[in-house]
Amino acid sequence: MNTALSWIKAYVPDLEVTAQEYMDAMTLSGSKVEGYTQMDADLDKIVVGEILSVEKHPDADKLVVCQVHIGEEQPVQIVTGAPNVAAGDKVPVVLDGGRVAGGHDGKKSPGGIKIKKGKLRGVESNGMMCSIEELGSNTDMYPEAPKDGIYQFPKDTEPGLDAVELLGLHDTVFEYEITSNRVDCFSVIGLAREAAATFRKEFHPPVIRKTGNGEDVNAYIKVRVENADLCSRYCARVVKNIKIEPSPEWMQRRLAANGIRPINNIVDITNYVMEEYGQPMHAYDLATIAGGEIVVKNAQDGDKYTTLDGQERVLDSSVLMICDGEKPVGIAGIMGGENSMITDEAKTLLFEAACFDGTNIRLSSKKIGLRTDASGKFEKGLDPNNAIDAINRACQLIEELGAGEVVGGVVDVKNFEKKEVRLPFTPDQYNRLLGTDISEEDMLCYLKRIELGYDEEKRELLIPSFRQDLLCMNDIAEEVARFYGYDNIPTSLPSGEATTGKISFKMRIENVVKEIAEFCGFSQAMVYSFESPKVFDKLSIPADSELRKAVVIANPLGEDFSIMRTMSLNGMLTSLSTNYNRRNKNVRLYETGNIYLPKQLPLTELPEERMQFTLGMYGDGDFFTMKGVVEEFFDKIGYDGKVTYNPDCGRPYLHPGRQADIVYQGKTLGYLGELHPETADHYGIGERAYVAVLDMPSVTEFASFSRKYQGIAKYPAVSRDISMLVKKEILVGQIEKIIEEKGGRYLESYELFDVYEGEQIEEGYKSVAYSVTFRASDKTLEENDVSEAMNRILKALENLGIELRR
Amino acid sequence: MKEKLQSIREEAIRQIQESDKLDKLNDVRIAFLGKKGELTTVLKSMKEVAPEDRPKVGQMVNETREAIESFLEETKQKLEKAARDVRLKREVIDVTLPAKKNIIGHSHPNTIALREIKDIFIGMGYEVVEGPEVEYDYYNFEALNIPANHPAKDEQDTFYITKDILLRTQTSSVQVHEMEKGRLPIRMISPGRVFRSDEVDATHSPSFHQVEGLVIDKKITFADLKGTLAEFAKELFGEETKVKFRPHHFPFTEPSAEMDVSCFKCGGKGCRFCKGEGWIEILGCGMVHPHVLEMCGIDPEEYTGFAFGVGLERIALLKYEIDDMRLLYENDIRFLKQF
Repeated sequence: MNTALSWIKAYVPDLEVTAQEYMDAMTLSGSKVEGYTQMDADLDKIVVGEILSVEKHPDADKLVVCQVHIGEEQPVQIVTGAPNVAAGDKVPVVLDGGRVAGGHDGKKSPGGIKIKKGKLRGVESNGMMCSIEELGSNTDMYPEAPKDGIYQFPKDTEPGLDAVELLGLHDTVFEYEITSNRVDCFSVIGLAREAAATFRKEFHPPVIRKTGNGEDVNAYIKVRVENADLCSRYCARVVKNIKIEPSPEWMQRRLAANGIRPINNIVDITNYVMEEYGQPMHAYDLATIAGGEIVVKNAQDGDKYTTLDGQERVLDSSVLMICDGEKPVGIAGIMGGENSMITDEAKTLLFEAACFDGTNIRLSSKKIGLRTDASGKFEKGLDPNNAIDAINRACQLIEELGAGEVVGGVVDVKNFEKKEVRLPFTPDQYNRLLGTDISEEDMLCYLKRIELGYDEEKRELLIPSFRQDLLCMNDIAEEVARFYGYDNIPTSLPSGEATTGKISFKMRIENVVKEIAEFCGFSQAMVYSFESPKVFDKLSIPADSELRKAVVIANPLGEDFSIMRTMSLNGMLTSLSTNYNRRNKNVRLYETGNIYLPKQLPLTELPEERMQFTLGMYGDGDFFTMKGVVEEFFDKIGYDGKVTYNPDCGRPYLHPGRQADIVYQGKTLGYLGELHPETADHYGIGERAYVAVLDMPSVTEFASFSRKYQGIAKYPAVSRDISMLVKKEILVGQIEKIIEEKGGRYLESYELFDVYEGEQIEEGYKSVAYSVTFRASDKTLEENDVSEAMNRILKALENLGIELRR
Repeated sequence: MKEKLQSIREEAIRQIQESDKLDKLNDVRIAFLGKKGELTTVLKSMKEVAPEDRPKVGQMVNETREAIESFLEETKQKLEKAARDVRLKREVIDVTLPAKKNIIGHSHPNTIALREIKDIFIGMGYEVVEGPEVEYDYYNFEALNIPANHPAKDEQDTFYITKDILLRTQTSSVQVHEMEKGRLPIRMISPGRVFRSDEVDATHSPSFHQVEGLVIDKKITFADLKGTLAEFAKELFGEETKVKFRPHHFPFTEPSAEMDVSCFKCGGKGCRFCKGEGWIEILGCGMVHPHVLEMCGIDPEEYTGFAFGVGLERIALLKYEIDDMRLLYENDIRFLKQF
């Protein structure tokens, strides 16, 4: 909401503040000021000038030389190219050394444009006559200004007067960010009340006096509200013999400052009252209202109706309509109809100030796809008490401006109870909640300034109807705090029972994941949780795969963000691809984030969220680099058993010969592998890329941070090497399993020190060599101890068809 | 005899002096003191010396030996030092050559900011708690005093899965779960991913992170809220940081406030970074609405509390002066390496 300070001051006459003081103080008392525009910031030395004469420029066809009287003895000479100057015109003139806000094309220059005297084609020019654009505004806001040319003041304007003052530009427009609970502050009166309370000045709202002739409005119009739930109040008044003309300048200026284009007196009055009271109003041509009757009722499904912007709207039975005896004449609270629009022929008008249900208006406005100033106000939920003041204020303005003859009386259909809202006045509670020591007197003083009443006998506060947001003790405490000043409330730290700061076991494991990944050179990526259903094709996931059963967002930002991911790979591959496309070398990324697995679709309960640890890399390193990271992690979280790798896992997005499931104690924890060249193509990654994914809930099941000191070996170790010729399809994992199983109690460790295929090795075979180490903790091993174990190992290896190379 | 020893001594010292290398020195040592060395030969010839003269001669021999040995040792050390000096001189490197860096990965700026925030609150006795990202409407809205058709629901532009299930728009939902457990007092923060239907641009993302905090206990005051958050701001942005609380409105807190911190770039004087205001908006907060407490089964007459919520990306963007939010989700390694 935007409002000129001058309008606020109209109701708080004693208010004397700078723009910055106003902004700061209002913001601190709860009416947040986003910013302000000083309309005369770039206007300097601009006066009213009277053009005395206009002569042709001797050397330029398009220029004229004017003598301009600026209230001083000597007139000034000004050369201009403007088309609309004539002797006798009263125009704004910026004098030598002055400034204007912008060019005549309406483009503003920050800091303004300095005007200096000079020569135009050899003829001296000592200033400039201004268009409304040069003064920083436009013809929308100043409809009387010529479209292309110098602004013209009325002929009787006195030369030498401050032109900026006359145009109402010595003003500051403030932009407020009003919170949704403060419906009352979406009005000039509401803001003025806050300003008065903030600056501790008197508040003088407009005084509404009785209006209307001796006739009775009931003779003109009847109102029937069929759906009382959606229309708590409907006030109607009639104005006849209307005289449509421009509204007075002061009204135009105030509307313009609020960002509303002045149109004519009738429209301007309804808009003015809407801004002033926060109550939207509407005017109908009474001649178009059939049967002299207004009926407020719901539309029917599929009804079509043309609003006054000429658009046909499709309605349904939830939309509330204003109808006459025969047909709809407007969509309640949103926009009037083309068929009841005020035309130049209109003689008698019906004014409406009603209160409609906020939620209904909000939903209807969404449904119809039409949001107006009026609907924007209604949807906040207005105070029905306000409607009557607003309509009477409008009629008062009609009389004051001579815009028509107001018919006596008001049709007022009330479907609400005006009840007095009272809350106990509990200063101790307020102080306890705020941690303050504010006196009862001070509190009452703050509350009275915002028009809360006080019943001293019952110690109760009387809540005015425009403060629908004040419902409980905390609400009153906030009012007290606002005017006491949030900044004046002391600071302390919570007392009471001590609590322990901690993180969960799951989070500790996640911290280790990050630590290890970063230690191994992987940087942390962050990706979205939603993605496109197309990723399944990109990853060659079979059509019948469970993975394709994803949680679907009903209102996504587009297909690319429409399903909740069931696997984490796409985000990683997309990130690798981004890096590859940007020619980044040796990229290693990791990511931790959830996948979302529905128990059934459509969802009836929350999906299972499983944290995934995803690693991806290209550049230096290979499958075994990736495997190394995974194993470092397992070591760090206390895995003391053997992690095994099962190559037969058939993941279609990975290289068929370079992938493995990661298995621990019979449970698959995740997988790793080289990206399938086809998948790499889909993502545009032109190098071998490697990925690993660990399902964190599964990993965490076996994790432990408990450690026991094992003692440092005192007795020497004995090592034996085994060299063997092995069929290619036998995995070293099988050999290691035999070493472990048959190694006996002295087996300490084993290490693969050579794998070789190629020359000198028979086709289909590989040469593999291990070093096996034995040690006892309580003695020096004897030859026997070692050779027995070795024999068991060698025998078992031979049974597997392995040829030992002795 | 005496003359002989004297001449051996002189000859040895001369030869030692002439030795410019350690192996030469060793040769000298062997030539004079070795098994077949000259001095040893003299010693062997002791039997030719009259017995009464032997102790004297013996002493002279020993003196000679000691003199030679000591001079040998002295020279040896000199030569060793000289040799080492030569080596050290030869081994001079260009210390400005590039370092051999260990390749260590980098945390995401969000994570670094979150780590700082967590550490601050864990230090103040807060527990870090998580909750589901796909959530029931009840926990995201209704239990937080945002009933069906409340305009705040529109403001938050929620992604829905079904009528009752949505992507959480705030981690305040976790607070509700925690309050429902009925374990009091509560001091917790809940960091996590939240979703709002905003198109991606330099300042918006449909998915971002929040850290919400909640304290419930007897006698918790607005002053406690102010004190706690002022402390937090100082820890996060520096000891000099000032805070300002402005009234605001959130459905689940009353009174509510927004907190600004003094611009940590210009110290509050006003600069381009804070758009000349000297203050930067950081978080929303307030006293937990009594209705929210009631819905979670906590007696608002006995307990009060405060809550606050801060956008992690906002903190990260501010702290690291990142000018475009999209960078946080592109994962360009050249970006990530800077943190």
